[in-house]
Amino acid sequence: MIYLNIFLAFFIPNIIGYGGGPAIIPLIEAQVVGHYQWLDTNQFSEILALSNALPSPIATKMAGYIGYQMAGVTGAVVAVFATVAPTLLIMIFALRVLYQYRESPKVILMGQWVLPIVTVLMAVLTYKLMFNGLVSFPVHFVLLFILSALALERFKIHPTFVISAGLTYGAFFINGV
Amino acid sequence: MKILIDIFSAFIRIGLLGFGGGPTMIPLVHNEVVVRYKWMKEEEFANVLAIGNTLPGPIATKMAGYIGYKVAGYSGMFLAIIAITVPIIVFLICSLTLLNEYRNKPWVIGMAKGIIPVVAWMLTKLTWDFFIKGYKSIGFILATAMCVAAFILINIVGIHPALIIGSILITALFTPIKAKDKKI
Repeated sequence: MIYLNIFLAFFIPNIIGYGGGPAIIPLIEAQVVGHYQWLDTNQFSEILALSNALPSPIATKMAGYIGYQMAGVTGAVVAVFATVAPTLLIMIFALRVLYQYRESPKVILMGQWVLPIVTVLMAVLTYKLMFNGLVSFPVHFVLLFILSALALERFKIHPTFVISAGLTYGAFFINGV
Repeated sequence: MKILIDIFSAFIRIGLLGFGGGPTMIPLVHNEVVVRYKWMKEEEFANVLAIGNTLPGPIATKMAGYIGYKVAGYSGMFLAIIAITVPIIVFLICSLTLLNEYRNKPWVIGMAKGIIPVVAWMLTKLTWDFFIKGYKSIGFILATAMCVAAFILINIVGIHPALIIGSILITALFTPIKAKDKKI
């Protein structure tokens, strides 16, 4: 039963998640935090942060870890399978057909109309995270938020270093009280 | 056998060097597949990428799976996907398990808090990027109206996002296309 739930939790976001990895994040959140309540928003953001700091695709990393946490190695395999297999099979078997319709206005329209929904899901996830941070450690939150924005956008520092810096700052300056 | 080792090592390299998730890995895939091993020509790679982009699901694994399949059948497909996903997942599980061991130490709690603002910024940026992308492709009014409608349906009415996205995809599929729009 748990394996079926894990399969569905990752199958649904990936089969409807147009736009690659980042667009799938809020959909995975809707499943594992919202629907199944396996994790809370903070746990989810920790996993997201560490996944962002590591190389390779984000969706499979999150699936692998969450699947492992819920049901061990088998859980991880089921979650990664649900993430990768269905769309890959479509890709292999329908490649020729889709290639013909690649420029069809309907296929383009499908990709475009989904964007606002993804925007909203992403915005709500961001808001939840900000709210949690602002309530529990407002001064550190604002400082780190501005510093990470500057580091990532202005100085183009690699996310891995910015996340490591956040971890280090937290270990030394934010007390766990 | 040689070809399978090549596939595995190509996608191991892509997986370990590809920081920043799927889209940033595409140039690395291109480098291995078109430049180093010459498994595909430029145009073929561009076609696979374009089709990969119109399908749902993560782009990097779709590319890896399809290219592995094309070069060496199903064993190539499995090897490519294992190479691009497994090493980092194992690493992620180990580091998060370690973090959970020391969950109650004050400095670990501090670390867990320290990354929240960083992620919050990254998500803010992503949200903004998605809005701009939507605004550029379907116009400001429609994009905003759909955002508001989606917000109400998901967060106030409580409908699962998958249902909303599913119905939008179906609507798009059955929307009659006006002649003047066909050029897009």
